[in-house]
Amino acid sequence: MTDVAKASLPPLRILRQPAILTGFAALLVFAFLMALAIGAMPIPLGDVIRILFGYNADTQASAIVLGLRLPRAVLAIIVGAGLGLSGAALQGLFRNPLADPGLIGISGGAALGAVCVIVLGHLLVAVVPFAAHPMLLPLAAFFGGLAATFATERIARSSGVASTAMLLLAGIAINALAGALMGVLIFMSDDRQLRDITFWTMGSLAKGGWTGVLLAGPFVALAIALILPTARSLNAILLGEREAMHLGVSVERLKRILMVSAALAVSASVAVTGIIAFVGIVVPHLVRMAAGPDHRIVLPGAALLGAALLLIADSLARIIVVPAELPIGLVTSLIGSPFFLWLLLRRKGLKS
Amino acid sequence: MIEARDISVRIGTRTLLRDVSMRVMPGRVTALLGPNGAGKSTLVSVLTGERKASAGTTTIDGCDMHTLTPLELARQRAVLLQNSSLDFAFTVDEVVGLGRLPFAATNDAFDDEDALDDVRRVAGISPLWQQLYQTLSGGERQRVQFARALAQIWRRNTDGLPRYLFLDEPTSALDLRHRRTVLETAAKLAADGIGVLVVLHDLNLAADFADDVVLLRDGKVQISGTVDDVLTEKHLSACFDIPIEVMSHTNGKRLILA
Repeated sequence: MTDVAKASLPPLRILRQPAILTGFAALLVFAFLMALAIGAMPIPLGDVIRILFGYNADTQASAIVLGLRLPRAVLAIIVGAGLGLSGAALQGLFRNPLADPGLIGISGGAALGAVCVIVLGHLLVAVVPFAAHPMLLPLAAFFGGLAATFATERIARSSGVASTAMLLLAGIAINALAGALMGVLIFMSDDRQLRDITFWTMGSLAKGGWTGVLLAGPFVALAIALILPTARSLNAILLGEREAMHLGVSVERLKRILMVSAALAVSASVAVTGIIAFVGIVVPHLVRMAAGPDHRIVLPGAALLGAALLLIADSLARIIVVPAELPIGLVTSLIGSPFFLWLLLRRKGLKS
Repeated sequence: MIEARDISVRIGTRTLLRDVSMRVMPGRVTALLGPNGAGKSTLVSVLTGERKASAGTTTIDGCDMHTLTPLELARQRAVLLQNSSLDFAFTVDEVVGLGRLPFAATNDAFDDEDALDDVRRVAGISPLWQQLYQTLSGGERQRVQFARALAQIWRRNTDGLPRYLFLDEPTSALDLRHRRTVLETAAKLAADGIGVLVVLHDLNLAADFADDVVLLRDGKVQISGTVDDVLTEKHLSACFDIPIEVMSHTNGKRLILA
């Protein structure tokens, strides 16, 4: 019995927990350097490192690494960390390992905001100063995500306290509403707009640049600062909300902090990159499989691993169909959805 | 002392508790008995500060319970609820360790290891310590949750405040031996000055281990007092609506037959 139980422990649980985080951090550094090195024009790793420290005279390689690949890699780190961390926080909050930021309306609201600008943007162009035009879409997506989350939360709270089941149901309704409104806009759109919408929903890190870094960075940083200190409370929540309250957790306050943080991080990320699916759901799982469910490891681990995996996915997106590139959302979905199916089947096996 | 005075709880048009007054005294085991639906769990949730009553007051050591934060409450009382579920792969030591959460980042956290060592021994769960909680049987899980509650009130009494332990049907999944172990532990804690409230269905366990008994029926206290006063044929038969016999066993203990 004891042997069986030990055998079913996650493989890496014998490792001390800081070792796992160190491992994820090392993977992140490696993925970062590789992301700068590979692409349509491969640049040797040694050159990449020299360029990063300012010792290379090859102006063309310099321009590619510093001008094109570096902002893109930094954006991948920010977005990957934000999606992974938010996913981990929401899975803990909902006590459901299959929860995901899309569940409470964040992605649906952001998508509606983006589609609004793509289809109706020409009406706004007359009103808004020219310099602000590139910002319209990310801003609309950002506020769309926040508004949808806020609406979900308010609807769920209408009966007094925001019960978790009500949050999920309200999230489904808000997502359906956003989907329906998007359908109306898509029906109105012309061919070029349709193409823009399609590509936006497949996600890309290509257009973000340093502007994208500046847009998403502060919100993801704020979310990290707000979410990481809740690790112990999230552990208690896994026992049940009443149990957590009896262990001294202010459950309603915790819910609010986590919903707001996740909404900020995911809305800001989606605003810059479009929809990148499955990072928020798969990454926390991988961390838990390696390190167990303790959020003191799962939260920072999901941020580090999310960043590393998104860097790797973006590198793949850039080299699979050179000289063109695949939308990164396609790469994460192609890898993520079979993994998700496997998770579901594995859970079923566990229960029967 | 935790004291509830003239508590009423209404949900919609349903009245779950009506003018209930009772106390949980430090140093005593109080058993809360009554038929299904009498309002026992509701009363526990009021006494633990989880639920605010529709009318009446709940105080802990003279202080209105609802002026305290969840964290302040958690440092004084632990609660074992009925059927907790856990969908994540925690090991037993991690689950029990969560009982120390209220003391994270306080001086009492230095006692965590002592607390967990003691609790593991007292609750008899050493053989389970490194196993996954999800692989345990219902009874084993209940003992682990009991250990978690113990870990929460295990402390050198640094602030001089009394501590309380609430057990809502702690023995429902346990075998005969472990039922007694749990209640013996509760009685020992009471002897150390902790106030224990335990909801039970087994009248003989109550007779053996409780100091005081509260009989609850239809949301009202039918009678409360010491074991000798309350556990009589008259009161028990009236409370549970079946003939109940109370006998003296040759070993001097009370034997209740239903």
